[in-house]
Amino acid sequence: MSKLTLTTEGDRHIVVTRRFAAPPEAVYRAHTEPKLLQTWLLGPEGWTMPVCISEPRPGGKIRYEWTDGKGGGFHLTGEYLELEPFSRIVHVARMHLPDPTPDNHVETRFAADGSGTLMAMRMTLPDAETRAAMLASGMERGMEASYARLDSMG
Amino acid sequence: MPNLDAAFSALADPTRRAILARLALGEATVMELVEPFDLTQPAISRHLKVLEGAGLILRRVEGTKRPCRLAPAAVAEIDQWLAMLRRALESNYDRLDGVLAAMKPEQ
Repeated sequence: MSKLTLTTEGDRHIVVTRRFAAPPEAVYRAHTEPKLLQTWLLGPEGWTMPVCISEPRPGGKIRYEWTDGKGGGFHLTGEYLELEPFSRIVHVARMHLPDPTPDNHVETRFAADGSGTLMAMRMTLPDAETRAAMLASGMERGMEASYARLDSMG
Repeated sequence: MPNLDAAFSALADPTRRAILARLALGEATVMELVEPFDLTQPAISRHLKVLEGAGLILRRVEGTKRPCRLAPAAVAEIDQWLAMLRRALESNYDRLDGVLAAMKPEQ
């Protein structure tokens, strides 16, 4: 079973690990090629990513636009900083809700693990205030999701 | 339970979010909050009153001091956010498992 772990480190880091049953090259490509990203990086059920720009080179652009198909949506922009095919990606990104959230610095590592890959993603936020802000905005989205669930029960 | 409207308007202010982030590390008195934030004591006290009214912090009496700490409900909200992030990642990565399985024949 490929279980996800999610832990916080200090007040600036969130670390996520996950194992995949495919070699690092495939997992790396799925994280950088637009056609592949559009098939899985979608969040909640029913959402799609009609616009996906990913230029996997240092300084290359990232832009993901998501929609719920009912007029709702938001987008993310970012830049690639460092790439080591097929083992490491460093990028920064921010959500536009529509105001941009502070930059989230993300280092993702892909290590061969038997016939599969162990991925470790470490997010670093600029300071404790930023993480508190993200938590605060996350709370609001969490509430929306809860209300949506209540709606669907009504 | 915090009052949600009050909680959201309390959280809309960056200083109050910073105070919450500080309290996430442990209890603090008004004087201990005045220092890092470079605000006057009355200004900090006003922010604390808003946070307390929103149910995000609790205060106790200790002599002449009233130290503040994060309310369990606020902590629970943060845990809930992390749980949400986990669920979003889990559904993405479960989809990715399928994508990777489909990529295999081409390699």
